[in-house]
Amino acid sequence: MKNPDLSSLDITIAVSGLKTGDNPQPGVAVIRSIRAAGFTGKIVGMVYDSMESGIFIDGLVDEVYQMPYPSTGADSFVSRIDYILTKTPIDVIIPTLDSEVILYIRMKQELLVRGIRTFLPDEEQFLLRDKIKLAQFFPEKGINIPQTVIVTDPAQIWNLRPTLEFPVIIKGRLYEAYKAHTPEEAVKYFYDIESKWGLPIIVQKIIQGDEFNIVIVGDGKGGTIGMVPQRKLVITDKGKGFGGVVVNNPALDEFARKVIGILKWQGPCELELIRGTDGVFYLIEINPRFPAWVRLAEGAGQNQPAAVVMLALEKEIEPLPPYQAGTMFIRHAEDIMSHISVMGEISTRGELIKHK
Amino acid sequence: MKTDKMKQLAISENGFIFDPETGYSYNVNETGHAIFKLLQKGMDKEAIAEQVIAEFDISKDHFDNDYEHFIQMLEALDLVEED
Amino acid sequence: MKKVYTAPNIERNSAGSINKFAHKSVVSHQDNIEGIPVRVLTESYGSPLFVFSETVMRKRYRKLVDTIKMHYPNSEVSWSYKTNYLSALCNIYHQEGARAEVVSGMEYEMARRNGIDGKEIIFNGPGKRRHELVRAIQDGARVHIDHMDELYLIEKISEELDIIANVAIRVNMDTGIYPLWTRFGFNYENGEAFRAIQRLLLGRRMKLVGLHTHIGTFILDANAYYWAAQKLLTLAERVETDFSIVVDYIDLGGGFASQNTLHSQYTPGEFSSPSYDQYAVAIGNAFNESAFVRAHNPRLILETGRVLIDEAGYLISTVIAKKNMPTGERAVILDAGVNTNITAWWYKQKITPTRAFPGTYQNTIFYGPLCMNIDIIRPAVPFPDLHQGDMVIVSPVGAYNVTQWMQFIEYRPAVALISETGKVDVIREKEDLTDVCHREYLPEHLKRL
Repeated sequence: MKNPDLSSLDITIAVSGLKTGDNPQPGVAVIRSIRAAGFTGKIVGMVYDSMESGIFIDGLVDEVYQMPYPSTGADSFVSRIDYILTKTPIDVIIPTLDSEVILYIRMKQELLVRGIRTFLPDEEQFLLRDKIKLAQFFPEKGINIPQTVIVTDPAQIWNLRPTLEFPVIIKGRLYEAYKAHTPEEAVKYFYDIESKWGLPIIVQKIIQGDEFNIVIVGDGKGGTIGMVPQRKLVITDKGKGFGGVVVNNPALDEFARKVIGILKWQGPCELELIRGTDGVFYLIEINPRFPAWVRLAEGAGQNQPAAVVMLALEKEIEPLPPYQAGTMFIRHAEDIMSHISVMGEISTRGELIKHK
Repeated sequence: MKTDKMKQLAISENGFIFDPETGYSYNVNETGHAIFKLLQKGMDKEAIAEQVIAEFDISKDHFDNDYEHFIQMLEALDLVEED
Repeated sequence: MKKVYTAPNIERNSAGSINKFAHKSVVSHQDNIEGIPVRVLTESYGSPLFVFSETVMRKRYRKLVDTIKMHYPNSEVSWSYKTNYLSALCNIYHQEGARAEVVSGMEYEMARRNGIDGKEIIFNGPGKRRHELVRAIQDGARVHIDHMDELYLIEKISEELDIIANVAIRVNMDTGIYPLWTRFGFNYENGEAFRAIQRLLLGRRMKLVGLHTHIGTFILDANAYYWAAQKLLTLAERVETDFSIVVDYIDLGGGFASQNTLHSQYTPGEFSSPSYDQYAVAIGNAFNESAFVRAHNPRLILETGRVLIDEAGYLISTVIAKKNMPTGERAVILDAGVNTNITAWWYKQKITPTRAFPGTYQNTIFYGPLCMNIDIIRPAVPFPDLHQGDMVIVSPVGAYNVTQWMQFIEYRPAVALISETGKVDVIREKEDLTDVCHREYLPEHLKRL
């Protein structure tokens, strides 16, 4: 059992989601882990916004390209990729944002003919973990899901009682979750979420208990290549985990393995679950990508992003080493110095070559 | 039209403008870039139109409309002032 | 050579929204439809102009039928008239072998006028009138019953005519999708559908030939069809057990999503709409698991519309003017509005320029020509700088427009069809004042001004 060594790999790896700060994306952490595995090749950052902080960090990415938002469709995505390929080869892409994953799944063939590989689930696996499907699919397989109501019209919120008692969690299909104490509050969040992420909207019972997050790489056959569970220690007022500790809990591991086994998940994912005060595990969400805290996996002994690079290349790897419980992370924010002309460069040209 | 404010601003080759006084930054496209620089030189509308039409494939009528729009944008951004 | 011109533009960078598409390749252009230059089409038939591709229509039909038959061979498609009832277009599908599915007396007459035998028509809908039912029953059409009052009426008519009417029951059900359609037909879960069948058979005036459901529209979850098929087949089994009646067919209605993107969807259609194969697998699985199917091999009917024709329809439209909005966005006024292109209200349609545009993109809103605030063809998208007289192609627009379009403020445009050989035919002329006014009468005292 050992972590992959990427030091002899002469390829170009592209990673998206370079924003850090109060609502961090996983890209920077993924890149750090890949570098920690000895990778010395080129890393390309794919950004949506010229203020993504990873653009400005020295020594992180070699080149940056601005991407059209996934909502603009396949044509713009493919033509942008083709343009980028005139500037640099790309061998592997690791998408790290929820809204991108389906795009990369459906464009798998288009990317392959361009020599670009990914390590992602197939569409069926991806759809089964959709927040609007969890409550339909999993309970009959023996996985508990908090009671869930799907709403497409704010009027439905007034009829939630007695099925669901307030407060409830109200969340978007792709992003954002809020605790609503009253129907009025829930209706307000309904409109907030709808305007950004569309319909339907998920309303869920709040389960009291201990919350755990697990970062996993599934092998696509029902097994896991790596798995590191943590309990959040620091939670921001936006509900983001800014500190956590790796736990060793066989029942938790078994639950996670069961979920991955049912889905036959391939690629990285993050499981969010709660052990209720009744002692029962509830699955809250399955995020189809690495979490922003993925460096904790590397710190605990499993370099999962490095493993994904190797798996995308269809290279054999050994199972990752066991994780070390007690490994902890604490997120530290730092101010990066730069010059406004760097932002000018990326915002006018849509690309930035940092190192040749 | 007063262009004093514009004259103080540096514009990069790819059309990025930074105003150190306010901290605002702006992006202009290629045509906007050309007009911006001509305005900085203090040229009037007719002279600018002549230059742009000589350089770009566009009719005078069409350009006149777009020029008006562009000046309105500059006014809205407080980069030029009406006399 | 002179440089290519784009309108001058300046934008202030603001925190949180700095994604401007500085790159040159975001929107690709299309200057022809199946090899016919857009300009040639509008010079001949005017702008705006609907253009349909016979090739795409036939290809999509054949692919759907082939895919469904791979999973369940005893399958057929009935063309959903309300999706698009221009005779030329209906006949393309009829030539391919599709029967007709109609939802009103008007559509029924259209199908008969196209030469479709009554026996080949499925008559759906909640609003069938007595005289329409009489005609359909006399023709031997399959009438799908929506409510009890209709059931009683058909019973009476059958008795008067002394004909055994061929009927099916429309069933509504929970298939795990939202919103749940419960307004049409009889409910499955609460036993209403079964009781309706019981009552129907008691009267001995009708022959129950099928079971029908139509679970919703633009269904993005293919698996919903698994549940729809599974429930109808369970019902068929129960009807057989309890009444020794074996239905001929299971009709799963329509509702397959095209590649369009609903306004409420974040992810675009090409990444969220299921493929034919995904729908077919879901339906095929339910059929292949069913004991009723093993014993009786019932016919599977799909009443498909949108997914067959949406992508075959284009709307060419010309830029009348452009203006800058106070929000910093650009607005383009097109000569086709929501009077012509109603589905712009439902979908984020794709707008494609008809020539290459270099330079930067600006957020652009597309308005129609109506003096109405609601006339928006496409909310802001990054787009190159269009000039007056430039044309764009709006797509997909093949479904539900050339039926729901209105004579409102403007005339309705011409519709052209590009045949498989590349021949262009007008299949509906542009309207003029006569079309709008010829049913009007002026009372004598209002003739003088």
